[in-house]
Order: sequence, then C-alpha cells, then structure tokens
Amino acid sequence: MTSSIPIATTIASSLSAEGATVELIGVVKDYGSHRALNAIDLKIQPGEFIALLGPSGCGKTTALRALSGLETVNGGRILIDGVDVAAVPTNKRDIGMVFQSYSLFPHMTSLENVEFGLRMRKVAAGERRSRALEALEMVGLGAFAERFAHQLSGGQQQRVALARALVTRPRVLLLDEPLSALDAKVRVSLRDEIRRIQTELGITTVFVTHDQEEALAVADRVAVMKDGIIEQIGTPEELYTTPATPFVADFVGLSNRVSAQLSGGTVLVHGTKLDLLGDGQPDGPVTAYIRPEDIAIEGKGIPATVVASSFLGSLRRTQVVLDDGSLLSIQHDVDTRPQPGDAVFLRLKGSPVSAVPR
Amino acid sequence: MTAAQRIGTEPSKLTRGIILGVVGIVFAIPIIAMVQFTFRDGLGGGLTLDHWTGLFSEEAARTYRGLFQAIGNSAVLAIVTVGIVLVVLLPTMILVHLQFPKLKRVLEFICIIPITVPAIVLVVGLAPVYSVVVKIFGSGAWTLAFAYGITVLPYAYRAIQANLDAIPVVTLSEAARSLGAGWITVLRTVLLPNLRRGVLAASFISVAVVLGEFTIASLLNRVNLQTALLQVSQSDPYVAVIFAFLALVLVFVLLLIIGRVGSSGRNRNQS
Amino acid sequence: MTVANAPALIKAGAGASPRRQPRSGFAKYLGLTPFAAYVLLFLAIPTALAVSTGFFTEDGALTFDNVAGLFAPNVLTAFGNSFFVSAVTAVIGAVVGALVCYALLGTKAEGALRTIIDSVSSVLAQFGGVMLAFVFIATLGNQGLVTKFLLEAFGVDLFANGPWLYQVPGLLVVYMFFQVPLMIITFMPALSGLKTTWAEANATLGGTPLTYWTRIAIPVLAPSFIGSLLLLFANAFSSYATAAALVSQGAPIVPLQIRGALVSETVLGRENMAGALALGMIVVMVVVMWGYSVLQSRTSRWQK
Repeated sequence: MTSSIPIATTIASSLSAEGATVELIGVVKDYGSHRALNAIDLKIQPGEFIALLGPSGCGKTTALRALSGLETVNGGRILIDGVDVAAVPTNKRDIGMVFQSYSLFPHMTSLENVEFGLRMRKVAAGERRSRALEALEMVGLGAFAERFAHQLSGGQQQRVALARALVTRPRVLLLDEPLSALDAKVRVSLRDEIRRIQTELGITTVFVTHDQEEALAVADRVAVMKDGIIEQIGTPEELYTTPATPFVADFVGLSNRVSAQLSGGTVLVHGTKLDLLGDGQPDGPVTAYIRPEDIAIEGKGIPATVVASSFLGSLRRTQVVLDDGSLLSIQHDVDTRPQPGDAVFLRLKGSPVSAVPR
Repeated sequence: MTAAQRIGTEPSKLTRGIILGVVGIVFAIPIIAMVQFTFRDGLGGGLTLDHWTGLFSEEAARTYRGLFQAIGNSAVLAIVTVGIVLVVLLPTMILVHLQFPKLKRVLEFICIIPITVPAIVLVVGLAPVYSVVVKIFGSGAWTLAFAYGITVLPYAYRAIQANLDAIPVVTLSEAARSLGAGWITVLRTVLLPNLRRGVLAASFISVAVVLGEFTIASLLNRVNLQTALLQVSQSDPYVAVIFAFLALVLVFVLLLIIGRVGSSGRNRNQS
Repeated sequence: MTVANAPALIKAGAGASPRRQPRSGFAKYLGLTPFAAYVLLFLAIPTALAVSTGFFTEDGALTFDNVAGLFAPNVLTAFGNSFFVSAVTAVIGAVVGALVCYALLGTKAEGALRTIIDSVSSVLAQFGGVMLAFVFIATLGNQGLVTKFLLEAFGVDLFANGPWLYQVPGLLVVYMFFQVPLMIITFMPALSGLKTTWAEANATLGGTPLTYWTRIAIPVLAPSFIGSLLLLFANAFSSYATAAALVSQGAPIVPLQIRGALVSETVLGRENMAGALALGMIVVMVVVMWGYSVLQSRTSRWQK
C-alpha cells in the first residue's frame, strides 16, 4: 500500500484530476455507548457529487470525518480507489476538505493559505505561487491574493478554503456544511459555484448538509441519514417523488400528515383512493404524507376553510382547516387568491403517498 | 493515540504527565517546606505540634495581640474595599454599560491603569493625599481601603465586565422598563440577580488582594496582616509562617468557590 | 414611568443606543461623579504627584537634580538589576508557563485537573510579598528544608558562596513562584483559542503535527505569548513586597531604592528622589504595557 503523497509533475493549467471511487462498507463508529454510525454502506462513483443529508446527530458529519481520517472507526472498511485507508493517517489520504467556518489560517494571506497544501508537498516556490493564483482565479478571488481572512467576507473565506482544498488535485473533495454559516443569498450563489467547479474538475465529492433544499439543488445523489443509518440513497427526484420511508417523505420537501385508512395496497384519504408507496404495512389506520403541490383548490371536493395564505413570489401556499380540525398546507399558482375565512374545496391529485401505521 | 493527538492538538499522555509532574513537584516543594517548618522543633531537628497548639494558649493571646489586631485590621480593610467596589465601581459600570456605551473604553482604560502604576509608585504620591485623609477620617488603618479600592480595580473590573458582557443587560432593562418597572426595580430584580457571578468573583478577588497587600500599608506606616507578619517573623518565625500558610489556604478556598460559582453559572446559562 | 410610556420607550429603544427620556446635559453625568471623584483623588492625583515630585526640591523649587540622580552608579545598577531580574524571570516564566498550558490541552475545560491548576495558579500569582519570602526561607534559607536535604544527602552547601537567597540571585528563584502561575492564567485563554479546524485543515492538506505547530500554532500564538511575556516583565519589575521581605541590606532593585528614599532619615530631600525613581519606573511600565496592549489587539483580531 503506497503512502506517499502524489507530487505535482506538470505545470498544467488545468486543475482537473480523475475522480476516485469511494466506498464505505459496514462502517461503525461508537462514542462510548452511543452508536453514531450503524453499519453504513455507501458506494460513490468517480466524479460523482453525493450529499449526506439529515438532521443534527444523524451521523452525516461523523461519516465525512471518518472518510477524512479525522475520526477513527470501530468497524467496517473505508476504501478509496479500492484501497483500504483505515491505517492511512489524514495527511496521507490525498483528500481536500472544506470546513464549516474558521478554517483559514489567520496569520497568512489568501495566497499563502492556498499555497499551504502545495508547500506540504514540497512544490517549488514558483510553481506553487502560480498554481495557487490559478486556484484563486478559479473561485473568482484572484484579486484578493494578499488579503487576510479577517478582511474577507464569510462567502469569500469559504471560496478561498475551496481553492485551498482543490489546488493539490485531491482524489476526493469533502465539504462539511460549508454554507451553513453564510447568509441566504450567498449560500445559493456559492453552492452553484461549487457545483460548477466540481463538474469541471470531475472530483468525487461528498457534501454534508442539513438543508434539504441545498442537497437537492447540487447533488447527483443524496443519502438521507437518521440515527446513524442511511434511510435512502437516490437522485433528488427519486427522494422527492418516491420516498422510501416516512422519515424521508417528511424530511425532504414539505409534507402534510393526514389520517387515512390502508387496505389492500390502497390508501383511503378523505374519500379519495391513492396508491401506496412502499409496502409491508398492515392494513388499518395510517398517517399518510401528502405533498402540498399534490392538493388542488377547485370547485368541488373535500370542504375546507382557509386559515391563511402566503405569497411566495412564484407560487402561493395556503393553510386550510378541514371539518375534522386537521390543518393542510396547499401549494398552488399565484392567480388563485384565497382569503382567510373563505370556504373552499380540495381535490387530491392522485400521486402515490407514503404511509405509516398510526 | 486519540484523533486529536494524531493531528497534534493534544500532547501525549506521557508528555502531559512529565510536564505537569515536574512542574508540580517543583512548586509543591516550597509549600511542603513551609508546612514542615511549622512543625519543626527549633534547630534541633525534631518535629512538634507546639507551634500550632501554642496559638490557642493563654500567652499567645497576649503576646500576639498585635498580630490578632492586625488580622482584624485586614478583615475590616477587606470589607471596606469590597464595599467600595460594590458601591462605587459596580453602579458606575452598570451606568456606563446602559447609558454611556462610548465611555466604556475610557472606563476600561482607567481600570487598567493601576497595573501600569504599581503600588510602589502610587504610594510615593499617596503620602501627601493621606495626610489630608488623616485630617478628615483619622489615622485608623481602615482608611487604607481607599487606596486598596484602586489597586483592586483591574481585577474587580475584569470580573464584573465578563459578567456584564455575558448577559444582555440592555435588552433586559428595556424589557423590564417597557413592562413598567422603575430603574431601582430594574436594578434590584433584573440586573443584580444576573450579575451575582461577577459580583462574587470581584468581591473574592478583592479580598484576596487586600489580604496580601504589603507595599502601601508598610510605606504609609499602617498595620495590616502582612506588615504584622513581617514584624512577628523577627521574633517568632513559626507563627508567622503558620499564619502565612492559613492565609494561603483561605485564599485558595475563596478562589475555588469563585471557580465553582462561575462554572455552575455557565452551565445554567447553557442549558 | 408607567406602561403608557411603553410605546415611546420601545420606539426610543429601537434605535441604535439605549436612551431614557433625555435629561438636561449635565444632570446626565451626575451618576458618574462618585467614581470620577474617587479615581481623581486616589489614582490621578497620587500618580501626578508621584511623577512630578521628582522635579522639585523639598522647598518647592524646580530642579533636575533628582532626575540627574537617576544616573548615579548605584541607581543605574539598581535599574540594571531590575531589568535583569524582570527579563530573566519573564522569559523562563513564559516558557515554563506555556509548556504547562500546552500540557493542559485536551483536558476537560471544567474538569478537576484544570480547575485545580487554575485555582492554584490564581492563588500563587497573587501570593507575593511577605508570605512568599517566608516560604522560600523555609525552603532554601540557611535552615531550609531543601538546603538541609542537599547538605545531608549530597554534601552540597548551597550557601558556600554567600547568602545568595537574600540578594538578586534569590529574587530570580523566588519570583518564578508567581511568574509561572501568572503566565498560566494569562496564556491559557490564548492557547485554548486555537481553533481545532486549523489543525484539521493542516492534516487534510498534508501537514504533520510538527508543521501544525511550527507553521500555524506558534505564529498565531506569538503575539499573545510575547504580550504575556511583557506582562510578566511588568509584574516582576513592579514587585516590591517580596524583595522588601527578603533583602534587608542595600537596595539592589528600583522598588527598594524607592523604599530607601521614602524611609530615609539621614539624607534630606530623599522623598523627591523617590519621585524621580517613581518617574523612571512609570516610564518603563508605560512602554511595556503599551507594547502589551498593541499585541493584545493583534491577538483578538485573529482569534475572533
């Protein structure tokens, strides 16, 4: 097993590197009596952008840190390009990592920060400088080379951190909630930029976030995690339209929880029959998860009263209360303008739903 | 190796043990010597409890009356100094925090000056001031507290300010005021209960500093615990060392309590 | 103030700074007068007196004789000794203190080990003066525990070359007892302020613990370390009580020179000499503390 750090041999202007395959096989991590990772299995293709998504404490950051070597594991194997890296220390794994915040070295300029990885690899000063400048240009901060971290905004700091991680052409790029500490607008523009750069360079990337919108927007595949296990891995669309478990249905996108009856693979909700997603549930009373955009406001159907309505720019979201007291959230076009107190009628559009015994 | 040790943020257990062990022993030896000294039986080399038990004997009360009076002086000085801190410094700090935020740096600067102007320098200029003080307040030792209030300023200020910075004083006062409370009520029921940590810390540190103060008392020819200890050491070094040890233990306990009060306050706020 | 005034209060409070209903200009500052008067009387005036009496004779005439007296050989020696003792104890205290802080890295912040070391350091940092002198006389004095042990066990006579404990060399040893704890108290926050992400970033970029310390941690800590070192220097330079208790003969350091000037009955006009000495001390202290504050602001900029 090689343990040498790949040394830059060309002064190529492109920073691209071949992405590596990454595999987690049955990875287990315990903190005392608390099991943070419970036999995680994950296989990532070269150049793929995978998001690990879940609430705090689900183990997504632990999985990332296990990949990086900053945490040890208690069981299972971690393979990068087919090689077991359990015994390889962090500084020899040839990875790039972007942290949530405060990771730029405060006493160095942006350029010196970006050069750091190259310096560790004993790259000559001239080449080091030009490659670092190139990396800064790639993230749009070529003019900020002499600035220090405290002279940069949060978004700029993260971009420098990205350049620093990528300049050494690592096999794998790991991002630990890199956007969580930033303002909303910066978050959106920066995540698109990260995706763009990643696509250009083709580096295998693992991106940890608790923001499901973010994960769906940037990733090729998303792994939804809860309590140390992966509930579902799939493309954003798969996760949204065919959630494998109620947790995924609830966590990804918005969901209404509605009382319903399950019999023979069909869910009966307020008089409408809907197909069931998934199987194995016994017949009987269940809670069904219905998306707001799968309910329409029409002339006839289920009676309801409008509680409130919000204008969200390109769509409206309206809260209604049914006769039995349950609240529903409906997403519809902006031309329909329900007012609080209006009597309306709802139709369920017929998409299959997830359900869990009540 | 733990993960932290592998990236270098923590020393190995061995390194930690060696450093703390060596330094610990070097620092323990004088304390041990101090304690052992109090049990020594003169130059002979044996050990005895006489020096300790002698403290409670009849003659002790007479012979060391001066020392006990000095202890009383220091106690009074500690109380008056804490009084100055609570009555003069604390209200001013709260006032500045609420009403004069621009003056905060000025106040901070003033409270740091006593570090730059040490007691030995201050006392040169205190002598003329105290000739006036004596005319107004008499020549009791307690008037030294006026000078001590200044020497404890840096420590008391830091302790209270840390507390002030940790609680949203302005927001709490505004909330209380908008609900109809007068300023006295705000102070009494909203601010002071939340400042307990800082006030206690400031008080205990002031007591520690006052008990250990020698320079000003000595050069202004007053009697306090430290000057009396020096005096007594000429005739009976054993008693002097016993009291020095007791003072050390007392201050240690005081500071442990501050530490506990401080950390429990922190834990409470974090829950 | 009634609830009816609440809207006005909230509106006023919604602005950048808190404001009550405005009172007339001067009355506002009334609350500050007790403190201002107190500080004026017991800090400003004494300090002014301390630095200025050096320029006057006892009759009140302006003179530079006292200041010139600062350059007398024995006074210059005293300054030299003061610098020497302060510098040596500051450097050694800083290094040893920093090592202890390093050793404490990774221990629980509220755990037993740290709280005890914290408390002990707080006590010892304050534990100057007379009591400290006693402790060391009991340890290293003629009849000291260690002195006797070395004599009996190894035949080493600590006092073969004279009563060093009661002179400048003694101060070097004794001052360490409060310099190291002071360093621990002052420097620990800086060391704990090192962000773990820096070490982790160093590792992911291919660095080793050695590169972490040499290229990142030490450069980042440097301003704080030197600042603390300056604080230690100032602390030793201005110490009086311990030396007063240990050194009964002569005045080898500046604070003891001041003592000599203040209590001297034989030489007239010596109080004003004390003023000149005080002036000299303040100049040194101001320079050192100014350097300290500059370094502190640098530190806070980096470790936000």
